[in-house]
Amino acid sequence: MTEDDLDRNRRHFLTVATVATGAVGAGFVAVPFISSLKPSARAQALGAPVEVPLGSMQPGEMVRVLWRGKLVFVLRRDEKMLASLPDAIDQLRDPDSEVVEQQPDYAANATRSLKPEYLVVEGSCTHLGCAPLEDFEVRPAEGWGGGFFCPCHGSKFDFAGRVFKGVPAPTNLRVPPHRFVRDDLILIGQDTGAA
Amino acid sequence: MARIEAEVGKPQGGFMKWIDDRFPFTKTMEHHVTKYYASKNFNWWYVFGVLAFVVLAIQLLTGIFLTMNYKPSAAEAFASVEYIMRDVEWGWLIRYMHSTGASFFFIVVYLHMFRAMLYGSYQKPRELIWLIGMLIFLVLMAEAFAGYLLPWGQMSYWGAQVIISLFGAIPVVGDALVEIIRGDYAISDITLNRFFALHVIVLPLALIGLVFVHIVALHEVGSNNPDGIDIKKLKDESGKPLDGIAFHPYHTSKDLVGIIVFLMIFSAVVFFAPDMGGYFLEHANFDPANMTATPEHIAPVWYFTPYYAILRAVPDKLWGFILFVAAVLLPVFLPWLDRSRVRSIRYRGWMYKSALTVFVITFFALLLLGLAPAEGAYVMLARIFSVLYFAFFLLMPFYTAMDKTKPVPDRVVYHD
Amino acid sequence: MTKLKKFASLMALGACFVTTQGYAAGGGGSHMKPAGIDPDNVASLQRGARNFMNYCSGCHSAQYVRYNTIGKTLNLSEEQLMDNLMFNADKTFETIQTAMPAADGARWYGKTPPDLSLMARARGADYVYNFLKGFYVSEASPTGVDNLVLAGTSMPHVLWELQGYQAVNFDKHENEDGSVTTTFEGFEQLSAGSMDAEEYDDFVRDTVNFLAYIAEPIRSERRKLGVWVIMFLIFFFILSTQLKKQIWKDV
Repeated sequence: MTEDDLDRNRRHFLTVATVATGAVGAGFVAVPFISSLKPSARAQALGAPVEVPLGSMQPGEMVRVLWRGKLVFVLRRDEKMLASLPDAIDQLRDPDSEVVEQQPDYAANATRSLKPEYLVVEGSCTHLGCAPLEDFEVRPAEGWGGGFFCPCHGSKFDFAGRVFKGVPAPTNLRVPPHRFVRDDLILIGQDTGAA
Repeated sequence: MARIEAEVGKPQGGFMKWIDDRFPFTKTMEHHVTKYYASKNFNWWYVFGVLAFVVLAIQLLTGIFLTMNYKPSAAEAFASVEYIMRDVEWGWLIRYMHSTGASFFFIVVYLHMFRAMLYGSYQKPRELIWLIGMLIFLVLMAEAFAGYLLPWGQMSYWGAQVIISLFGAIPVVGDALVEIIRGDYAISDITLNRFFALHVIVLPLALIGLVFVHIVALHEVGSNNPDGIDIKKLKDESGKPLDGIAFHPYHTSKDLVGIIVFLMIFSAVVFFAPDMGGYFLEHANFDPANMTATPEHIAPVWYFTPYYAILRAVPDKLWGFILFVAAVLLPVFLPWLDRSRVRSIRYRGWMYKSALTVFVITFFALLLLGLAPAEGAYVMLARIFSVLYFAFFLLMPFYTAMDKTKPVPDRVVYHD
Repeated sequence: MTKLKKFASLMALGACFVTTQGYAAGGGGSHMKPAGIDPDNVASLQRGARNFMNYCSGCHSAQYVRYNTIGKTLNLSEEQLMDNLMFNADKTFETIQTAMPAADGARWYGKTPPDLSLMARARGADYVYNFLKGFYVSEASPTGVDNLVLAGTSMPHVLWELQGYQAVNFDKHENEDGSVTTTFEGFEQLSAGSMDAEEYDDFVRDTVNFLAYIAEPIRSERRKLGVWVIMFLIFFFILSTQLKKQIWKDV
């Protein structure tokens, strides 16, 4: 190799090394800027878990709460509601909660809940995010066993938030992370660790 | 035609040709970068233009991210800055970069302007570049002033109060003007809101536009050099100036070194002394604006204090204001005040050299005096240095014309 | 080169002038003693946090400061936070609020006790340190005490049980033109507190250290990060100078 070639090689190496280092530096700089877009400490504080006291809830009664700006239904199912769950299994799209993202493991059961009595689901239709309405009245003539009904595009869900076949919504209503702090107190938004 | 171009050996392939037929990409790159020839004996004074560009980029980037969390209202502004400093992930870094960048903008721009005074860069045929540059400087001052109100601390509030009141010194229209600037009978939520609009939209847009024009004008005439020689006079067979060297890769590789050194100093401040002893972030500004109590000692941020010192040196409101404005605007006329036959200080006589030395000392002295309380000997000193400041400009036509200059060589010279 | 030297010496001169300015606006005068805080001393910060919660937070909020931020820096677990510091909050992400309504503060003291999130940054650690040590008995004041650093303060001497009460000695010197110059001569202990002078200084120092910390909780982290950034830039600098030399070789 001539001296010219050596020079050219060295120059090529240095150029590549400098550009690469510059790119790495730019990458480092990008981290804080992109991270700054994440929910801030205040957003996290405002999005903290929500407590729902159950003491005064009657069977068949439902409360709505907001957790991280999302509507969450807490329904105390009465015996009739619970009994109706197996009735229409062949009309459901995902009766056994096989779509894993739609609920934590502990809610992937026949009642989709920690305790059979209490259903906790996000009040957000899995079609396009409208808030489903409660329609607990059983109307056998219409073939309606009671559950949730979405006014936007007519999606239907049963008392476990499971979606019926033949409606636009693709999956069951999502069960948010939650746990029982006491028998009469649910914490929505957190399922492990201390309150 | 296409065949001839191919024979000449243009490196672009099909895609670049497609672009170039529709947009002057290669032409622009050649004109401004790869075939823009600047003198090969540039010294480090020539790095501040690029650095000003780097700081502008930093300010724009960090500024955009700050606006995502800042609230331009008197009730929320102060708290939203603390929200950025504490609750937003990395918000502290973005804010410190922006506040440090503000001071560094002026450091870099002052040194950039001083370079022009060292080597006569404002002289014919570069008068327009200088004028655009001065316009950039004025917009930058307005930008910094508007930005300083936004944290809504004690210094933000009372600093703005003092400077805006200055305009009240103008006869007849003064009071009306002050109300129009404030949009209220005092500095208030309304003032803050409009200063926010000025700071994040109007003035940055003007800055970007002016910087663009500044560079276009520069590349039309060509850069000056430490010898003040016209390097375009002597060219080789291919039409390339003998003393010139392509901006890329030569000056770019050199500028990169300068940029990295700058970033080291910049980072040292951001990470180890973001307050800079109370000069980049003033202590009193960590108290929220309080309309009922002025801080004990109030001075503008350091980059305004040379002019503020002149203002205070005059014991009359109107004349103080006039001299303040004159002090800011006088450099505009440099291209016509300077009667020297040569550009660079290298070939000037003792008069200009002494005058410039005295001017540098004067500028620093005024800067420091503007920070100090106006009492005792400081008042007299401020008056003396104010006179020296104006003398430098107003006497320039005489001493530059009388000064004995040395003969300027044909080719650039290396010094160290 | 001489020009550069001249320039450098001018800069240095300016720097000297500039550094002496510091907290000139803070007041206090020449009798201010340095606080001598060490923001990296976690044990001191922990003690300071306890002091703050026990003695300050009854009246003063620190509305920008979250408990979990403190926990992270001071190596405190959630349980330790809740048991030792959180008298007035039950979630760690809450900010430090005071139990006393602002209106009551204004009624009792004539002035709402200021928020302390940024006090150490606005006034300087030395100021707060000397303020907390500067209470002296004064008949004229409704609280029975005045303060050397902030004359006419409406804050009572909250720490009197620890420090005891002290009197102040002023030397009044009449000038030739008839004006009077008052100079501070020293304090005189009137009654003993539960701490001796040295213990009290340490107590105040820890508290001020904590106040300086909450004024800028990110301080330690940014300094650590800064070292890495500068090291990266030094590496980048070496590389870029080599490249520059190589490219300019034939010029």
